[in-house]
Amino acid sequence: MTLRPFEQIVTDHGPMVLRVCRAVVGPVDAEDAWSETFLAALKAYPRLPEDANVEAWLVTIAHRKAIDVARAGSRRPVAVAEVPEPAADSVTGGGAQEWERDGELWDALKALPQRQRAAVAYHYLAGLPYREIAGITGGSTDAARRAAADGIKSLRRSFPRRTEERGEKR
Amino acid sequence: MKVPATGATGPVDTAPGDGDLGLFAALPATDAAAQERLHSRLVDGAQRDGLLDVAYRTLETPVGSLLLAATEEGLVRVAYDVQDHAAVLADLAERVSPRVLRAPDRLEPAVRQIEEYFEGRRTRFELALDLRLTKGFRREVITHLPDIGYGRTESYAQVAAAAGSPRAVRAVGTACATNPLPVVVPCHRVVRSDGSAGGYAGGAEAKLTLLSLEEAA
Repeated sequence: MTLRPFEQIVTDHGPMVLRVCRAVVGPVDAEDAWSETFLAALKAYPRLPEDANVEAWLVTIAHRKAIDVARAGSRRPVAVAEVPEPAADSVTGGGAQEWERDGELWDALKALPQRQRAAVAYHYLAGLPYREIAGITGGSTDAARRAAADGIKSLRRSFPRRTEERGEKR
Repeated sequence: MKVPATGATGPVDTAPGDGDLGLFAALPATDAAAQERLHSRLVDGAQRDGLLDVAYRTLETPVGSLLLAATEEGLVRVAYDVQDHAAVLADLAERVSPRVLRAPDRLEPAVRQIEEYFEGRRTRFELALDLRLTKGFRREVITHLPDIGYGRTESYAQVAAAAGSPRAVRAVGTACATNPLPVVVPCHRVVRSDGSAGGYAGGAEAKLTLLSLEEAA
């Protein structure tokens, strides 16, 4: 097995990384975080060991980029709107709705401490085991598991109605 | 998910089960418009930072879908559908660089000239070529092939003689069969001594299509 064309990595994992970025830094900064993540990944890709866990590798990079993006955001003099104008997306149909849902979830997620938000996103959206998450965020596997559990508990409190309503399985 | 829903408080360190995914069920699984926008942005960044080692796209032609790939030096690969585009991209990742992205802009000149060729309006390709995928005698043969003029043919024996190795007829056949740039480097103009078309990487039918296109023009 040798390294696959990078295009394949973008196709296979791009949507997951975008969901993680949206959950961790919010819909406004998510695309910046995604772009920086994949550009950094492309640069480092030829040196990636062939048996590496690509998801964990990408989330590791995204984690660092999300911290950078969040820092840059916190230095902004005026806070930007929480949910972006859906103009560009509305032309294509489902996009605007997707942003709206994303925005609602973000409203609930951003109330969480950063650590819990990261643990929830990396476990529930990226599908990483807590051992991997601990490697990315620092701390122990148990601490990562607790952060995700606490995060989910808070989300269930702040997001319950919506969760029920949208319970329909896809 | 194969794993049972142990949930966030479960003792086993696994991927999440369905039980806790309800919260995120509202999220779109994919978001095509955003992915396309981000892909373009990635290609732009890669180009700007010199990280776009292999750019590719496909092109529909009278001989089927062609995969076109270029390095910063020039066109490096043209491949027929029957050669399996996915396999060709995997080969490029291994032999050139794994930094392979779908990036049509770099292929613009090649696309234009190939379209003109199939419309009968072009008899010579003027493109920067990257011949790194062919070496030694095969490369000598590939370098000689554009000298066979549009609408003309040469036998494998004639090409061998022109390459300075008159007895290397079979090696010429191999060089043509492994030509990394079919259509653009005209290995289709090399035919059997008895005048029949002979084999072709894109299939016998594709070879006949190209030969009759050039004959008609």
